Amino acid sequence: MAERLLDVEGLSVQFATEDGLVRAVDGVSFELERGQVLGIVGESGSGKSVTAMTIMGLTRGVNARFEGSVHYQGKDLLQISDTEMQDYRGNEIGMIFQDPMTSLNPVYRVGEQIVEAIQAHEDVDKRSARRRSVELLRQVGIPNPETRVDDFPHQFSGGMRQRAMIAMALSCNPAILIADEPTTALDVTIQAQIVELIGRLKDDFNSAVIMITHDLGVVADIADEILVMYAGRVVERASTRDLFYDPQMPYTWGLLGSIPRLDRPRPERLYSIEGAPPSLINMPKGCKFRPRCPHAFDKCMEEPRLEQRVEAAGHLDRCWLDVEYKRAHRDAMISGESTEAA
Amino acid sequence: MAAFLIRRLIGAVLVCLAVTFIVFIIFILVPGGGKRGTAERIAGKNATPELVTSVEHKWGFDRPIYVQYAKMIQQMFSNKLVSYTSQQNVLSQIVQGMPATFSLTIGAGIIWLSFGILVGVISAVTAGRLSDRVITVLALIGISMPVFWLGIVTRYYLAEGGVTTLFPDGEYVGILSNPLQWFWHLLLPWLVLAVLFIGFYGRVLRGNILDAINEDYVRTAKAKGLNPRRIMIKHVLRTSLIPIVTLFGLDFAGVLGGGAILTETVFDLHGVGQYAAQSINNFDLPPIMGVTMYGAFFIVVFSVLVDLFYAYLDPRIRPT
Amino acid sequence: MAQPATESQFTLDTAAELAAEEHGTQIRGRSPWYLAWRRLRRNKVALAFLVLFFLVLAACLLAPVYADHVAHTGQNTPHVLDTVDVNGQQVSVVSNGGFLNVHTGKSCETTGNTADCKLFSAIPIAPQWFNANGKFVLGADSIGRDVAVRLLYGGRVSLQVGIISSAICVVLAVILALLAGYFGGWIDFIITRFFDLFYAFPVVLLGIALGAALAINGVHWNLGLFKLNVNGGSIWIPTAVISYVLIPYVGRPLRGQVLSLREKEFIEAAIAQGASPLRIMFSELLPNVMSSVLVFFTLIIANNIVLEAALSFLGAGVQPPTPSWGTLISDGQDLIVTRPWLSLAPGIAIVLTVLSLNVFGDGLRDALDPRAKVRVEH
Repeated sequence: MAERLLDVEGLSVQFATEDGLVRAVDGVSFELERGQVLGIVGESGSGKSVTAMTIMGLTRGVNARFEGSVHYQGKDLLQISDTEMQDYRGNEIGMIFQDPMTSLNPVYRVGEQIVEAIQAHEDVDKRSARRRSVELLRQVGIPNPETRVDDFPHQFSGGMRQRAMIAMALSCNPAILIADEPTTALDVTIQAQIVELIGRLKDDFNSAVIMITHDLGVVADIADEILVMYAGRVVERASTRDLFYDPQMPYTWGLLGSIPRLDRPRPERLYSIEGAPPSLINMPKGCKFRPRCPHAFDKCMEEPRLEQRVEAAGHLDRCWLDVEYKRAHRDAMISGESTEAA
Repeated sequence: MAAFLIRRLIGAVLVCLAVTFIVFIIFILVPGGGKRGTAERIAGKNATPELVTSVEHKWGFDRPIYVQYAKMIQQMFSNKLVSYTSQQNVLSQIVQGMPATFSLTIGAGIIWLSFGILVGVISAVTAGRLSDRVITVLALIGISMPVFWLGIVTRYYLAEGGVTTLFPDGEYVGILSNPLQWFWHLLLPWLVLAVLFIGFYGRVLRGNILDAINEDYVRTAKAKGLNPRRIMIKHVLRTSLIPIVTLFGLDFAGVLGGGAILTETVFDLHGVGQYAAQSINNFDLPPIMGVTMYGAFFIVVFSVLVDLFYAYLDPRIRPT
Repeated sequence: MAQPATESQFTLDTAAELAAEEHGTQIRGRSPWYLAWRRLRRNKVALAFLVLFFLVLAACLLAPVYADHVAHTGQNTPHVLDTVDVNGQQVSVVSNGGFLNVHTGKSCETTGNTADCKLFSAIPIAPQWFNANGKFVLGADSIGRDVAVRLLYGGRVSLQVGIISSAICVVLAVILALLAGYFGGWIDFIITRFFDLFYAFPVVLLGIALGAALAINGVHWNLGLFKLNVNGGSIWIPTAVISYVLIPYVGRPLRGQVLSLREKEFIEAAIAQGASPLRIMFSELLPNVMSSVLVFFTLIIANNIVLEAALSFLGAGVQPPTPSWGTLISDGQDLIVTRPWLSLAPGIAIVLTVLSLNVFGDGLRDALDPRAKVRVEH
């Protein structure tokens, strides 16, 4: 039983805006153990990024309200002051963001920024910190790190910048690395490299990873467990294998069905989910996915709880549809053939 | 780098020449100026047409325009430029006015840069709260006051000859002759000139800081666990101050080049700006040309300096 | 017990209809203009100052009404030898003067020039406020004209020059920015050099010179088909002179914006659709820089009002006897010790007007492009 690092319980995050109270995250719970890779998947607006940023305390502000708890090694991060939180950021929990070009300060050298990260938490002199930066750059696969360390961000390519960001995030050996859409802004070929790099580093540094993305393909390889989020809630949670081979939520089917698959006959059209995510201010009654769900029926007016409805332990979902029925007709439902015929 | 400097140098010379040429042309073409008008003025009120014509000939006004222009440029550089009205050497007049103008500019510049930055930072850091609102209102009032009116009003209320006699009533005292009086005489003009700029710079900086705070790299800095002060100084201010530096370079050059015409006139400082104003009133072309060249020179030099400094501050920019 | 999908009464269509019926299950798109308008509505301070500006505007437009019905005099009517009824007493509009204390404005005990006492030749009546039935509310100037009347008429002139010159400036700047940003190449090069030249140019100096020269002689051009006859005292001269001063200050940032907009895909799409350059510039690029243009416009008006005052103060703008706030300040300069209101009133008028424009312009900019995280109450 690996060490339990993170315990998120009933996390809710609301923002007061001009239009009303936005419920960005609603009752999210999960755990993270050392060495584990957790994938959080969902559309824009599903609350996945807000969840991650809240763990880092980056969503704190005059208009933000929090409920629930985020326990890191026993300490509730939602309750501590911002000054105390600074000790955790970068040091215990590191984070990398979507766009590495804008996420690095353009006027400082890459090496300087990594040194800054190191010196923020450790009492080392500049020279040792710089040496460590060079090593870190080497570890993330940047060629000629001794010269590259003095370059500016605009002198790096997109993939290299993201590697540098990863190096910076891992510089203080945090126990958890949160990667918020790390590959979205990069080429497909580079995507694969970055994902592989993260997987390797996780073992080298013995840390846990939370990988946030909208692309199931990205987490398929690397994640141990996947959370599917929709409208601020976790709608399905399963091990990677269970999620791909026995998905219960029609929403998950939508995410899966929109990926072209080599192991299935080619459909005429890729399945896409109709409609748009709901307004986070005025949510629909009952199941939040109901207005877009082709298989919704009257029971869906009552919101399902996140429960285990299948045999596999740890596989939770929020769907009223009969499990056996789904398993029998799932392929047809996913590939978008007429549901009436089923 | 060398190529950049050479290119800018050539450009600078061209700009100076272009500017003076345009000024020259305008004065020739404008009714009331030109050869007839100026000759009439020199000849005096009761001149006969023959006298005017002879003055025209003597001063070379009947030569073609480009010849006149070339001659004036030559005079400028051989220090023979002489005013039409007062017969005084233009360069010596400018040199006489320089101490006052320089003192005014440097003092006011220090005040408006430091207070402008201070005001901008406070306003941005407390954005939305009372201190921000108060500062914004004061800054806006500062920008809204015409500089010459403020000068007149402060002279009336605060200077000798007015309601109170706190300050001397204008005039410039050389720093070498009496440092204390030099300071005392300049304090009011410094403050009056600075008010406008403080308001403007404060607001520009406030906007830049608020923009920078929302940048992704500031979010990264927070995620690294840096403390707020370090984030503000090393990340936010570093980028926010860059446009301020550019503004300051050009504004400073402008005032140094005799741009504070109104302030100098209202406070009777007899600097280069006041000299320019008087010359315009008299339609006196040589001093106008001289001051124009002097002013253009400063702007051009400082604009090169600003570009170099900008390239130093922002490594993405190469001096081109 | 969950029903299998075959027995469901819900198909894709009805699900969508249901969604439409229930409010707010779809994210409603709102145009950025509407959002900006809403934000502006909440900014009470900016709106209050906008109202203040319109009040000043209205008061100045009503100058003739004030002149006829309240002050009973014209903007240029001297009353050097007249008297006026003040609380029953007849007081000279312009008195003979004498030795006055320069600090207090009161009569000196002794005669003869001393450090504190100077000889003043003619002293107009002080501000009467409401004591003289609406006459000389703010006093009279050195030839007995009603200052309040001149203040309102002067406001008309200052506002007219300010607003029209700003309109010309912004229109020209927008056109230049669009041309430079869209076409690029040598058109851009020429226009940018033109902007650069302005920065090195002693534009204020030139403005003063041009203004002074043209004011004396006017402009009389006869180029065959094109004739231009403008009198020396016309206020169109300062209008024209001021309008070019700030063109590069508006043009440069707008050009930058147009340049970055030009690279966006929707412009590429428009070009691919065969839209003409004119259409692209005015239907695609212009609306996107409109918010900047609006903000610039308000701020340029504020700036030009001050510019006009400065020019007129130096004698290079509006010419006497036409009043403008600048000429009034200049007129009142000599009498500042005894009758400070002559210069104070027009200055305060300028500050109020320009301040309202600046505050509103600031609020407009915040509404169109909000940055500060302000606390939202619920």
